[in-house]
Amino acid sequence: MVKEVHPMEMNRRSVLGIVGAATTVAAIGLPVGIANATPEDAMAKVREFAGGKEPQTGGKLTLNTPEIAENGNSVPVGVSVDSAMEGDDMVEEIMILADGNPNPDVVTFKFTELSGEAVAETRMRLAKTQDVVAVAKMANGDVHMAKAPVKVTIGGCGG
Amino acid sequence: MKTKVILAASVLALFSSPAMLVTAYGDPAEAELSIDGEKIAVTAAAPEGHPFDTLYSGWLYREPETRALEEDSFENPGMFGVEQGAELWSVVEGSAGKSCESCHANPEEDMKGVGASYPKWDADSKRPINIELQIDKCREENMGAEPYKFDAPQQKALTAFIKHQSLGMPVKLDLSEGEMQKWWDQGKEMYYTRTGQLNLSCSNCHEDHSGNMIRADHLSQGQVNGFPTYRLKQSALVSVHNRFRGCIRDTRAEFPKAFSDDLMALETYVTWRGSGLSVETPAVRQ
Amino acid sequence: MASKPRVKLPKSASAGEVITVKTLISHEMESGQRKDKNGEVIPRQIINKFTVTFNEKPVFEADIEPAISSNPYFEFSVKVPESGTFHFKWEDDDGSVYETEEAIEVA
Repeated sequence: MVKEVHPMEMNRRSVLGIVGAATTVAAIGLPVGIANATPEDAMAKVREFAGGKEPQTGGKLTLNTPEIAENGNSVPVGVSVDSAMEGDDMVEEIMILADGNPNPDVVTFKFTELSGEAVAETRMRLAKTQDVVAVAKMANGDVHMAKAPVKVTIGGCGG
Repeated sequence: MKTKVILAASVLALFSSPAMLVTAYGDPAEAELSIDGEKIAVTAAAPEGHPFDTLYSGWLYREPETRALEEDSFENPGMFGVEQGAELWSVVEGSAGKSCESCHANPEEDMKGVGASYPKWDADSKRPINIELQIDKCREENMGAEPYKFDAPQQKALTAFIKHQSLGMPVKLDLSEGEMQKWWDQGKEMYYTRTGQLNLSCSNCHEDHSGNMIRADHLSQGQVNGFPTYRLKQSALVSVHNRFRGCIRDTRAEFPKAFSDDLMALETYVTWRGSGLSVETPAVRQ
Repeated sequence: MASKPRVKLPKSASAGEVITVKTLISHEMESGQRKDKNGEVIPRQIINKFTVTFNEKPVFEADIEPAISSNPYFEFSVKVPESGTFHFKWEDDDGSVYETEEAIEVA
């Protein structure tokens, strides 16, 4: 049994009140006055990290993120590379970027032969719906890349 | 400016068009929860006189990633608060040279069940008190220490520590003590009273529309069995009165003071609405 | 800033086994992008580096930016060659260093 919410009686004053309230929520809830990065900024970081190599997107690097993040303050992210972790097939670093954050850098993991496997997980902040990018650098200089969109939802009443 | 207009427009659309709220996406998940081997009742048969048949923990309305965070007490950041509470237990404060430990030497045993049974009638003040007020009462009367300021980190930590000792135990209030029933009635009255510029009552969202979406969010039954709760939004433990005030504020109303008669009545009634659900403190929510 | 690291790993393993290590530390991770009630920018204060060694040999490292959530969580794996001690180190912007150790027995 679903009861109906009574439609509100709208007049100019109450509309203005709500516009004002909504604006206030926007102002308090988000970092103020800081421009977000663009996908181009993130790709520039990838090129710098890759050191001239073309990033491969063949699936050697797996990026795990939720499709929907309930709150951008804590979004789980996991990376793994299918690798022997020795010789040329050794993962040296994995960098994670968020291409719509104020600053696209998130974290860079560094692995060693004692790592055994190139896997790592953490929790990150996402300022809005955007793509998360992971790039792995191998001992032989090869670079692998993966990308995943994450939808960041905003709470029902902003509260 | 454009985004502000769109945001305002979506708020207007939401509340002026009830049809938007009615979707099936917000239904509770079918899942079971156990924490550290302790089985948590995330559903319960409603007590007599309750508007629902089945009670659902807010845990069931969350995305799998948020649910997983509560399931693993190692990863649950709310457990830092519980650990801090355990440390505060033996810290001596006040003119009597006592700590909590002076009277309650084994909190793991002594506090078992306590968090499941509050608010409780307090004959001295002639009103129901919650765990936060019980801590203050102990501090003032037994320790000769100052009561905590509302939402002081120590208050949240000690409350979380005490409630955590009842993890998995069913919420059960004794309404036969003192005037508890009168306060329950008053809380119920508040629950169904519309308030604020948006003219919403607790029941409009959490009873009429629980299980529906409110914008991109799931509306839960508004249960309080997991407070203090680790909220991702604040990245900190959030007390139940903080959450009440937040909800009331979101109706664009003036909100009552923490521990006021209004909020103690509301806590009594809302806690009863979760009778039979397990204590989940510290729960994890969005 | 009160900080208290938590580490979870098995007490024992067989030689060459790959184990999972989980770590969590209590920290605000103030991003430097928020403003206080008076409109002043709250200065950045984060944990910027996390380092793990085993018997003093490097195992795992993370270079951390303000986009890592409050109470930073890291999970990674280690191939354990022998009995020994893990050393975990978190470095704060303010110069503080938080450390903890955990031993593992290889049968």
